[in-house]
Amino acid sequence: MSDITKQSLTELVENIKDKKLSSTEVTKAFIDRSEKSKELNAYITEDFTSASDKAKKFDQKPNLDLKLPGIPMAVKDLFCTKDVKTTAGSKILNDFVPTYESTVTENIWNEGAILLGKLNCDEFAMGSSNETSFFGNVQNPIDKNLVPGGSSGGSASAVAGQLTPITIGTDTGGSIRQPASFTGTVGLKPTYGSCSRYGIVAFASSLDQAGPMAQNVKDCALLQEVISTYDSKDSTSIDFKRNHYSKELTNNIKGKKIGIPKEYRVDGMPKEIEDLWQKGIQYVKDCGAETIDISLPHTSYALPTYYIVAPAEASSNLARYDGVKYGFRAKGENLIDMYEKTRSEGFGAEVQRRIMIGTYVLSSGYYDAYYLKAQKVRKLIKNDFDEAYKKVDAILTPSTPSSAFKIGEKTNDPVSMYLNDIFTVPVNLAGLPGISIPAGHDSKGYPLGLQIIGKAFDEQNILNIAYAMEEKIDFKNKITDWWIK
Amino acid sequence: MSIDLKTIKHISKLSRISVDEKKAEKLAGDLNSIFDFIEKLNELKTDNVKPLTSVAETTLKLRPDEVKSKNIREEIVKNSPEDNEDYFVVPKVIE
Repeated sequence: MSDITKQSLTELVENIKDKKLSSTEVTKAFIDRSEKSKELNAYITEDFTSASDKAKKFDQKPNLDLKLPGIPMAVKDLFCTKDVKTTAGSKILNDFVPTYESTVTENIWNEGAILLGKLNCDEFAMGSSNETSFFGNVQNPIDKNLVPGGSSGGSASAVAGQLTPITIGTDTGGSIRQPASFTGTVGLKPTYGSCSRYGIVAFASSLDQAGPMAQNVKDCALLQEVISTYDSKDSTSIDFKRNHYSKELTNNIKGKKIGIPKEYRVDGMPKEIEDLWQKGIQYVKDCGAETIDISLPHTSYALPTYYIVAPAEASSNLARYDGVKYGFRAKGENLIDMYEKTRSEGFGAEVQRRIMIGTYVLSSGYYDAYYLKAQKVRKLIKNDFDEAYKKVDAILTPSTPSSAFKIGEKTNDPVSMYLNDIFTVPVNLAGLPGISIPAGHDSKGYPLGLQIIGKAFDEQNILNIAYAMEEKIDFKNKITDWWIK
Repeated sequence: MSIDLKTIKHISKLSRISVDEKKAEKLAGDLNSIFDFIEKLNELKTDNVKPLTSVAETTLKLRPDEVKSKNIREEIVKNSPEDNEDYFVVPKVIE
């Protein structure tokens, strides 16, 4: 069968179940394409030999009742994988080989999938362009020298470039949805507490969530069904009734009420984004849904709130990297000197910047003015959504205020980089699910995404809306394989 | 509000990240532009707002206090940059 890597996850699963394809054939196809795609720099660690062995083993005694039978899959290098190096994109974890498996990846392997390798990301998931990775920039398959977004940039690049049929990323302020939008792929940030955080390298614990990144909505629903489980090893994991998202997926969204928040019409937003949003509104109406103008009055306060809460939590979480228990260690004259040099040499500039911000806002004399204030505004932002959901079932917004930008374009201005996440951050602060789907192209031919935000635990509803819209939009990603010589 | 070099040195000490003069100046510039942006929050009156500490509206589950991981001493020290069998090794702390 030709063009295995062009098939969706759902097609590959069917073909393996129907014995039209073996796991070995599928795995080989993705390994071959990954080998030819080194220029994308999507991988930090390749695990191809082991993947081939596992595929052969699977084919000898295939369990076709599994949800991901013999499917090869690369994952973001923020998930701890037992005996496979896990770096979080940082020099400080350059040699770290976990002795345990994250719950989310364990769920994936338990359903029959096979690890292809670990995908590049911004250092500790702190970035919106994958440029903060110690392992270098990632190329967007859409165009040369274009960022794939971040922090799950390697994941987005690998899915769009067909190096893996599907993947998982993590999203603290937009790190799944923004790169999905930049690469013409689908990315779901689940409700906080839906997917276990156990074994994921921590960034900001009250915001971090793992989620699927896929070529289409159905694939996304299938992976979400696999990764979302209650886990006693994560104290914020929530025990709720989870749907069979892919089985229950429907494009019937007649009568659904969809909110259009006026505050997302931000100053300086390109007309192309506004036009795309209007098109999206028309699509949901064409599907029989009703749109209602709503107000989320505290939207413009979300980013400043995020840039207190996230660095504060990060400064605390990253205190563990001290050169003693694991990771890189620099030589020092004494213990304190060793700590300070280890962290100064081991962390990159953006991570140091955020640790400094976090330390400052938590420090004596500033806690109330910054951290406590941010927690209060976070409450107001959540209240906005609670209020809106009395009137609507979901909310439709653009995913990002622009399409992908060039590598190096925003590296010298942290604030302009942060503004990328203006539409995605409120969702994390309120703990809600959000999905980005590709919805069109800008004048340069770069993809643009729309975001659907749901009520807490209502992943099925936003997947359904995304599924119905996907059919209407009929998006075709323009991938020319420019990097394959 | 402005974050001066003295403050940068103080935060650097608290966060155990060494900074030289050049790096401190760069950080002061970056942090000032970020805090200018954060100051926007002061537009809001929040005296009577309860701070949100967790979006997960759930109480922590209790569990029996049992040992679940056994004999993992080797695994624990496996990734340490320097160890002496069962111990992590650090630079001398007592003269």
